[in-house]
Amino acid sequence: MRRLLVLGAGTAGTTVVNKLRRRLPRSQWRVTVVEATDRHYYQPGYLFLPFGGYTPAQVAKPVRKLITRGVDLIRGRVDRVILAENRVLLHDGRSLPYDYLVIATGVSPRPDQTPGMLDGGQWRRSIFDFYTFDGALALAKALDNFDAGRLVVHITDMPIKCPVAPLEFAFLAEDFFGRRGTRDKIELTYATPLPGAFTKPIAAARLGTMLDERNIALESDFLVERVDDTALVSYDDRRVPFDLLVTVPLNMGAEYVARSGLGDELNLVPVDRGTLLARLGQRFRHRRRQRHPHVEGRLGRAFRGRGLHHQLPCVRLRAADDRPIRRARQLLRRVRPR
Amino acid sequence: MPVTTIASRDIHVDGEGFLTNYDEWDPELAEQLAKQIGVDLTDRHWTAITFLREDYAARAETPGLRRVSHGAGIPTKELFTLFPKKPAKKMAYIAGLPKPQGCV
Ligand SMILES: Cc1cc2nc3c(=O)[nH]c(=O)nc-3n(C[C@H](O)[C@H](O)[C@H](O)COP(=O)(O)OP(=O)(O)OC[C@H]3O[C@@H](n4cnc5c(N)ncnc54)[C@H](O)[C@@H]3O)c2cc1C
Repeated sequence: MRRLLVLGAGTAGTTVVNKLRRRLPRSQWRVTVVEATDRHYYQPGYLFLPFGGYTPAQVAKPVRKLITRGVDLIRGRVDRVILAENRVLLHDGRSLPYDYLVIATGVSPRPDQTPGMLDGGQWRRSIFDFYTFDGALALAKALDNFDAGRLVVHITDMPIKCPVAPLEFAFLAEDFFGRRGTRDKIELTYATPLPGAFTKPIAAARLGTMLDERNIALESDFLVERVDDTALVSYDDRRVPFDLLVTVPLNMGAEYVARSGLGDELNLVPVDRGTLLARLGQRFRHRRRQRHPHVEGRLGRAFRGRGLHHQLPCVRLRAADDRPIRRARQLLRRVRPR
Repeated sequence: MPVTTIASRDIHVDGEGFLTNYDEWDPELAEQLAKQIGVDLTDRHWTAITFLREDYAARAETPGLRRVSHGAGIPTKELFTLFPKKPAKKMAYIAGLPKPQGCV
C-alpha cells in the first residue's frame, strides 16, 4: 500500500486529496490529510465580512464535509517533516509515514514581524487586518464605528496570497463610506511597497486612474520599517499617519517548514515552477540551465498570489499525476494576451 | 528585444534597460550600469550584487529586498542607503537581472 500524505486541508490540500482520491486505486493507495483546525475558511470571503456582505457562517464550513470519502482526515498540527525518514511528526507526538508528501499549509499573516504592529498597543484598536477570520470580524466592528479620519490600506511586503485583495478592499471601503454618507469626512490612502497600485502594463494603462477618480491617495514604493503608535514609518523615513490602519501583515509559511529545514526566509518551500516539486538542497541546481521561462511565467500567473507555486510544493507528486499542471498550462496558453 | 551598446558591447535589454540575458553580464558591465544610475560601487554594494547573481542562478527569480537583506546579511535600512530610493530595482538593474516582479 502506498501512502500519499497531504499537510493542510485548505484550498490546495482539499483539491489535491479530492482529485487524487478519485484517480488513485483504493487497493493501492492510502490518502491522508492533516489539518490543524476543524473549519475550512473560504478566504476570499474575508474581503466582504468587514462590510457585512457575508455572514461568518457563509465563510466557515466543517473541514470534514469538504473532504471526499476514502480520505483519512487527521486533526492535528504538524511539528516537523523528517525527510530522511519519510515521516511527519505532529505536535501531539503522532508520527505519520509517507511515500509521497504534499506540503499545502499555505501562508498566514504575521504582524509580529513588523516592529510596533502587534506590540505597539494599537493592534485591534486602530490596527486591523482582514487576512484572518478573526481579523475580518474585528474590522467589521471598527468600520461600523469609523465615521471620520484617516483610513490607510496597507501592504507590508510581497508576496501576499492575494495581491489584488488590498486594492479591492480600498474600493469596497470607498463605496461603503459613500453609501453611509461619510465619505467626505474620511481621507483614504493606499500604501504599497510596489511602484504603483497596478504594476502590470496593461492593468496600469487601463485601470491606473481608478484611485484618482475615487480620491484615494497613493503612497507607492512604501516599504514599512516599523509602526510608530499611529503612524507607519518606511525605510526611507516617510511617515504615514492613520486613525484606522487596515494592513496586510507579512505573509509567511508555517514554522514547521523552517524547523524541518525546508524553507526560505519566509518559510516558503522553493519549488520548480513547472512541476511544483520541492527543490531540496543541491539536487535541483543543475536544472537551472534547462529553465523554461515561458512555462514558469504562465504557471506563476495561473494562481493568484504569485505564491501558490511556493505554497503548494509537492515532493515527488508529479510521478503520481501531472495532469492538473498540464491542464493549467493549456488554459493559460489560451488566455494569454498576444 | 532591444539591443543597446554599453562599454562597446552589444547587450540585450528590456524596455526599461534591464538585461534580458543572464550571461551577458560581467562585473565590468556592472560598473557601467551602476554609473548610469548614479551609484558608485563599494565592497558593500558588491556583497549585495554577488548575492543577487547567485540567488538568481539558484532560483530563477530576482530576489526582493527582504531576501537580499537576509541572504547577503545587509540590513534593509542599509540597502536603502547603498541604492537610494528604489533599492530592489536598482540592485536588479546593476546585477543584470530582470526587474523584480509586481503582481497586479
Ligand atoms: C482576503 C483574501 C482574498 C482572497 N481572494 C481570492 C480570490 O478572489 N481568488 C483566489 O483565487 N484566491 C484568493 N485568495 C487567496 C486564496 O485564499 C489562497 O491562495 C488559498 O487559500 C491558498 O491555498 P492553500 O491551500 O495554499 O492555503 P490555505 O487555504 O490557507 O490552507 C492552509 C491550511 O493549512 C492549515 N495549516 C497551517 N499550518 C498547519 C500546521 N502546522 N499543521 C496542520 N495544518 C496547518 C491551515 O489551518 C489551513 O487550513 C484570497 C485570500 C485572502 C486572504
